[in-house]
Amino acid sequence: MEQKTVNLTVNGKQTTLAIDPRTLLLQVLREKLGLTGTHQGCDTAQCGACTVHVDGRAIKSCSILALQVDGRSVTTIEGLAQGDELHPVQEAFRECHGLQCGFCTPGMVMSVVALLAENPKPTEAQIREHLEGNICRCTGYQNIVKAVQHAAGVAA
Amino acid sequence: MTDMSNSPIGQRVVRREDKRFLTGAGRYTDDIVLPGQTWACFVRSPHAHARIVRIDTAPALASPGVLAVYTGEDIAATGVGSIPCGWLIHSKDGSPMKEPAHPVLAVGKVRYVGELVAIVVAEDYASAKDAAELVEVEYEVLEAVVDTASAEKATALVHDDAPNNLCFNWSHGDEAAVEAAFASASHVARLDLVNNRLIPNAIEPRAANAEYHRHDDSYTLYVANQNPHVERLLMCAFVLGIPESKMRVIAPDVGGGFGSKIFLYAEETALVWATRRVGRPIKWTAERSESFLADCHGRDHVTTAEMAMDDQGHFKAMRVRTTANVGAYLSTFASSVPTILYGTLLAGQYRTPAIHVEVRAVFTNTTPVDAYRGAGRPEATYVVERLVEQCARVMKLAPAEIRRRNFITEFPYATPVGLSYDTGNYAATLDRAMELADVAGFPARKAEAARRGKLRGLGYSCYIEACGLAPSNIAGQLGARAGLFEAGEVRVHPTGTVTVFTGSHSHGQGHETTFAQVVADRLGIPIDNVEIVHGDTGRVPFGLGTYGSRSLAVGGTAIVKAVDKIIAKGRKIAAHILEAADDDIEFSNGEFRVAGTDRKLSFGEVALAAYVPHNFPLDKLEPGLNENAFYDPTNFTYPAGSYVCEVEVDPETGTTTIEQFVAVDDFGNIINPMIVEGQVQGGIAQGLGQAMLEQCVYDPDSGQLLTGSMLDYALPRATDIPRIVLDTRCTPCTHNPLGVKGCGEAGAIGSPAAFINALTDAVGVTDIRMPATPERVWQAIQARA
Repeated sequence: MEQKTVNLTVNGKQTTLAIDPRTLLLQVLREKLGLTGTHQGCDTAQCGACTVHVDGRAIKSCSILALQVDGRSVTTIEGLAQGDELHPVQEAFRECHGLQCGFCTPGMVMSVVALLAENPKPTEAQIREHLEGNICRCTGYQNIVKAVQHAAGVAA
Repeated sequence: MTDMSNSPIGQRVVRREDKRFLTGAGRYTDDIVLPGQTWACFVRSPHAHARIVRIDTAPALASPGVLAVYTGEDIAATGVGSIPCGWLIHSKDGSPMKEPAHPVLAVGKVRYVGELVAIVVAEDYASAKDAAELVEVEYEVLEAVVDTASAEKATALVHDDAPNNLCFNWSHGDEAAVEAAFASASHVARLDLVNNRLIPNAIEPRAANAEYHRHDDSYTLYVANQNPHVERLLMCAFVLGIPESKMRVIAPDVGGGFGSKIFLYAEETALVWATRRVGRPIKWTAERSESFLADCHGRDHVTTAEMAMDDQGHFKAMRVRTTANVGAYLSTFASSVPTILYGTLLAGQYRTPAIHVEVRAVFTNTTPVDAYRGAGRPEATYVVERLVEQCARVMKLAPAEIRRRNFITEFPYATPVGLSYDTGNYAATLDRAMELADVAGFPARKAEAARRGKLRGLGYSCYIEACGLAPSNIAGQLGARAGLFEAGEVRVHPTGTVTVFTGSHSHGQGHETTFAQVVADRLGIPIDNVEIVHGDTGRVPFGLGTYGSRSLAVGGTAIVKAVDKIIAKGRKIAAHILEAADDDIEFSNGEFRVAGTDRKLSFGEVALAAYVPHNFPLDKLEPGLNENAFYDPTNFTYPAGSYVCEVEVDPETGTTTIEQFVAVDDFGNIINPMIVEGQVQGGIAQGLGQAMLEQCVYDPDSGQLLTGSMLDYALPRATDIPRIVLDTRCTPCTHNPLGVKGCGEAGAIGSPAAFINALTDAVGVTDIRMPATPERVWQAIQARA
């Protein structure tokens, strides 16, 4: 198939790639850029393991062509921590045991970072509502909700 | 051993594996790309049952980027064996179960939608997928056998060599004693139950990457798997005929298993077979729709259960008749799940003196059914705890009261179904659960709900499970074709840091933390000096893997035994250097000390002496400090607990909300309470998923999977799972040095019955089928009115 050029800023780094036009953003991140922290868990935009930020908004990278985000800024789980210092949401997941197998975790974290940017003090109901687009099979969501509350500094 | 004030045992140590998972540095199978990587796409059967008339691979082979296309005939021609079942069950007439051939790729016939028909290997996945669509397969569609309960009466046969689609008819217990007890019973409670079929859905899809090394004629297989040594053994010895010494299986980070990644699957077997022929590494990662079709499913039992009681509600005998669907082929543990892991658990927490169970396992044209979180024990608990609640209703006794009247209170206790419970205190967990659930306040809450037009119900589930699989000699008598011990190696480095190799595998359980806590405690060294290695047959001596909540009880004990050998050798080294008798050396807080003196050596000094043996008892001891241990348990462990669920139902809509869920478990000693709570919470969420949401649906005629995506199959979301109140009570396991029992499956085992008992209590009916969707609840309310 004819290759197309896509320009992306990924985790602050500008990159230009020649890609098959049917390539998903998720595939560009994982296969072209080696950013394997973003995971594919389903084919139907249900599980949210592939969640990344495009211009600060959480999107499911399995359901968008890389060409659709041409010229935009993408943040993945690899771009969240400052060196060795975890982002407060990452730290909260760790302290609250908000992860087990770790596979849904990058998507969960990216989704939660976006939530707190929009709504810094969410209620428990708002947190659970927001997390509807991310499936976790390990934790039963208990400690994920707790981690979000911890990161937001709201009482559990 | 350290004094308890410094001990990491019992501490909420934050997990050491988390940093890599939180920063995207985890390394799952699909993250691995090997030099020269190729990709595979499988051609799968679109029919539940069909004869393969003709396969034409030529158009696919001519497709761009395609390197190879192989069919079942190609593989069969190389003398490859059948995918084996690990457990031989005998029918009650003594005949062995029917074990039809389970080919890697279908030969002659396909028997479920999703069965592998061909493998296409190409330069990239898109090319492989494009070409897979060009493989032309002509099928002659046959009648499909789909329904569990009627499979024996179906006109079609899944396998010609399994008449009536019966795999086996297993029975267990004293039938004559049970019949006699029923003949003289004052009261009988009876329930017809369905344990709904589930699709596991670990969030990481199954994946494999196989590579053949020409330089030494060996293989490496990366695979999302819970027990790499078992995978290697089954694939090498039974299917491909490759020496185990030529195969390295690595299960790197694995994104959840819940049983579904225990088994040897056809996909990775085909990759290993093909990689040598293609001459390049081949990778396959399941799309989610493939996970739905081809990961082994769980449960799928149809049961009638009866309890005979005296006039005081004492249980006299229990009779259980179950039909269990094993799907189209026998998967690795398929035959043990509805038998050994089910029938032996039917005593529950009660002194029922006679129990008889008969299980008819049937083949159907559906995906193979095998272990899913709990594996047989959730099915058993669902039968026992639903039936016990029904007994209470028949006897007009409070559900807690009838349980107390029948609780086992003296240990050890030999059940009539072959287990020996070593310890427990069932009243203690029930008392605590009732206190936390404020059962005393329930009537007032029910009345208040009634004023709002709502129905409120309370339900109990007092489960028991047998974990720590298993004493190999007992398992062998019961048909296991493998041992069920575990292995551990402790390698002390010259500087005193330690690498521990365990045959258990962590795919979310946190072994790298819990096992390090155990080792750090026993050696009296900082936890940061302990590394845990798992999931690699090239590094770990041997292993049986992780399933059945066995990791700490069996795998942890193997490590403890290896550590104790290290300490024993360390004492001899210290005795030599300190010029004392071996028996005078004490080891505590990481120091070897001559008793009653201040002459001592640190653990690190002894380690260094072992590797720089200038002053060393070389006449009596080998240098180095590296020990192996294999541990075979003497009994199962018996975690138990009491769950109390309170629900409120809106009779207008059938919508049910869980107002409260209390779980009080007895897991014996607990190493890391934070991790244990996480396991219970996750298990309960899966159990409530089964009870409220999840149902695998096949079209009854065509055998097409109708719930084949996350859009069609309802997995629990954050809004579906209530807050869960947890506590524990402790009776330490009596037969392993850690006193631990296992916690990974309890939540999934105990919770469905608690929920349905609460729901039927609220609605006032005998049964509502799982998943209790609003529609089903509404229908039950209408039928009642």
